[in-house]
Amino acid sequence: MAFDNAYEALADAHDDARWAFGTGFDNPLSGVDTTVPSGVDGEDLAQYCLMLGDDALVLSHRLQQWCTRAPELEDEVAIANIGLDLLGQARLLLARTGRADGSGRGEDHYAYFRGEHEFRNVRLAEREHADFAQLVATVLVLTTWRLAVFQRLQASADPVLAAIAQKGVNELTYHRDYAAQWVVRLGDGTETSHARTVAAFDEVWPLVAELFEPHDVERRLDGVAVDPAEVRAEFDDVLAQVLSAATLETPVVPAKAGVAGGKGRNGRHTEQMGYLLAELQSVARAYPEATW
Amino acid sequence: MVTARTDETDEKAATPGTAVTAREVAETVTDPELPMLTLADLGVLREVTESADGVTVSITPTYSGCPAMDTMRDDLVHALRRAGFERVEVRTVLQPPWSTDWITERGRRRLAEAGIAPPGAAPQRGGGPVPVQLVPPQRRVSCPQCGAVDTEAVSEFGPTACKALRRCPACAEPFEHVKEI
Repeated sequence: MAFDNAYEALADAHDDARWAFGTGFDNPLSGVDTTVPSGVDGEDLAQYCLMLGDDALVLSHRLQQWCTRAPELEDEVAIANIGLDLLGQARLLLARTGRADGSGRGEDHYAYFRGEHEFRNVRLAEREHADFAQLVATVLVLTTWRLAVFQRLQASADPVLAAIAQKGVNELTYHRDYAAQWVVRLGDGTETSHARTVAAFDEVWPLVAELFEPHDVERRLDGVAVDPAEVRAEFDDVLAQVLSAATLETPVVPAKAGVAGGKGRNGRHTEQMGYLLAELQSVARAYPEATW
Repeated sequence: MVTARTDETDEKAATPGTAVTAREVAETVTDPELPMLTLADLGVLREVTESADGVTVSITPTYSGCPAMDTMRDDLVHALRRAGFERVEVRTVLQPPWSTDWITERGRRRLAEAGIAPPGAAPQRGGGPVPVQLVPPQRRVSCPQCGAVDTEAVSEFGPTACKALRRCPACAEPFEHVKEI
């Protein structure tokens, strides 16, 4: 059968207008009861989902930047898979935000049409990875922290958040193991790989303290949110196991200060964030109604 | 309500091709990325209910970022409409999260026939912290090509979110393994 263009041929094969995955992404929470539980402040819940969603979205974007740049094909695939899982978590959480704040806005609004100061991710998520050691150090730190938070979040008073966390725990376990095994391999590897892994943790560590500083929203959402300060001991324990197996020491470096008292959770980001958002958002902003 | 339901049953009976139940139709829909498996075999199809308001199908994602969810939804609606069920709603259920333990025996057989090693039992987790694995876990996964028992892990991440990569030293073939979750 002859067609004027390739897309028509593909559409015909599917006997509808769809021709590939990823077209017309639907609401990932469709059919899920997203009523805000009584006694829970919807605005606070929305802000909390935004924090957790932005952490995942922004780290996922940094991982996507490794596509075609990973050292080996297997790692290319692994990094892309971790990025995809995190993007899935972000979609669920941003969709939850739009239901909790009562605006009914979809995930795309939050991903593409917010300014830098409206993003609530911790600054470590946006940090560029200058080499593979920085990538695995960042992923180890962030997934260890997130896994500990999500594990507790499974008992959240918001059933939607609890369900998202329950799925996330299984995924994050694989992500953390991947990063941990690479840190051990590099740290306990050659002289060069050891030195570069030491340098990577020295770069990452100034942004670690911020992960455990509770935000007012987290304090107010008692029983719904997890106080990040609570997971510090567990985080330290896991990191100590990995660093010791990798023949590395816990870095002793000062924490990176905020700007005017604010850090990532307050929408105060590092210089790298603007470039990341430009890449993430420019197409959606140039063609706001586009579908493909 | 009772009357409306009876009407619908009569209407269905009168239309050839709609004698099958919605569940039977939904159970024929295959996974877009593992086409040898039906959504039912994969354990993704959770519930199919028929009422006066139409058919409601509940599906659950394998992984949070599973890009095939939209296609599954479209394929279910399509198959049910073709079978005469006009009003179809597909719902996402997140809890309990999907587990590879839900893949049926037939599903496991079909995976193996297609050269994909089926998963072992999913890890059971208690309430405490999840222990970190500093070395890749030793899993007993038989080679789906030659049946050799000892195979090696290449990567815990594969071409789709639910699969790992392995290789068989006996026949030297690489293969995919649906990883336990």
